[in-house]
Amino acid sequence: MSRNREIPEVNAGSMADIAFLLLIFFLVTTAIETDMGLLRKLPSKEQETPIVEINERNVFRVNLNKRNQLLVEEAILNITDLKAATISFLDNGGVLTDCSYCEGLRLATSSDSPKEAIITFSSDREASYGNYIQVQNELTAAYNELRNRESLRLYGVEYLKMVKTYSSAKVSLEEKLILEERINRIRQLYPLRISEAETTFKS
Amino acid sequence: MGKFAKKKDGDLPAVSTASLPDIVFMLLFFFMTVTTMKDSSLLVENTLPNASEIKKLEKKDRVIYIYVGKPTQEYQKVFGTEPKIQLNDKFASVDEVGSFILAERAKKPQELQNVLTTAMKVDKNANMGLITDIKQQLRKVNALKVNYTTYEGDAFRNLQ
Repeated sequence: MSRNREIPEVNAGSMADIAFLLLIFFLVTTAIETDMGLLRKLPSKEQETPIVEINERNVFRVNLNKRNQLLVEEAILNITDLKAATISFLDNGGVLTDCSYCEGLRLATSSDSPKEAIITFSSDREASYGNYIQVQNELTAAYNELRNRESLRLYGVEYLKMVKTYSSAKVSLEEKLILEERINRIRQLYPLRISEAETTFKS
Repeated sequence: MGKFAKKKDGDLPAVSTASLPDIVFMLLFFFMTVTTMKDSSLLVENTLPNASEIKKLEKKDRVIYIYVGKPTQEYQKVFGTEPKIQLNDKFASVDEVGSFILAERAKKPQELQNVLTTAMKVDKNANMGLITDIKQQLRKVNALKVNYTTYEGDAFRNLQ
């Protein structure tokens, strides 16, 4: 009696074929794409560009020529040294301006404070994009390092970590407000000022 | 002695394939999670540069893609080997970038139109002249948020 009631087993032999079919479908229609990159904001074209006079010492000139050589303040520099050079420029801190959080050498030839410092980056039309990205990456790295340092000093957390927690969904609203204020404070202390506009120099 | 049935020599036991579906399903789920749907097939070579100080693009529906690079092998006969711009599924000239951005922007819902980002997927061997031209076009149509899409990695690998 019990023999008759037993449910016959379904043959699962073709399961592998079905799964393979699905797998191949996904392999064909999808691609591994990156969605990461360096974020930049282009200057607006709508309003007239005002002529801003900047003190020469606050300008850090970076130039990439058509042979992919890096020219920093009119001297050839190896790209591995760019980050350190940028940090020492930004973090210099003038004697008069009293940049209390700067830890630089306070040279008269380097920037007054990070708030006034500006990096102008021009690249030749023949320069390769890979090198351009690398320079952008090094400049960003310099800013990130300084921001991290300042954030550690003020709040005991790294700046990049704060940004990460800010964008995660697990953080409550009150925490977000605190984080937002802190992030903005750090950004005020070290504003990312990279200009790719054509800068003209008064002679 | 009849308890031990004598094996016929040369007869291998069949390998059990019962776990094969599980293995394939595992692969399937792996690919389903790590890949994204292709929205346009690439006509250009697109080896992105590496960078380490990168941020993730959060929402995919707010992104417009521009591809730049050398045409791939099959298109080189027609389009040459100079880097070209690819918009959606076709090659385009620099002047078309502005109208492309405007058209793409108009397709997006109203509330997203002001927060769009333009992701530039540029081959690392492309030259900067073309990129500068594209950026001027983007400024003209007020698409100011730009993301230079890169792979995550050490930026010094860009040097050759």
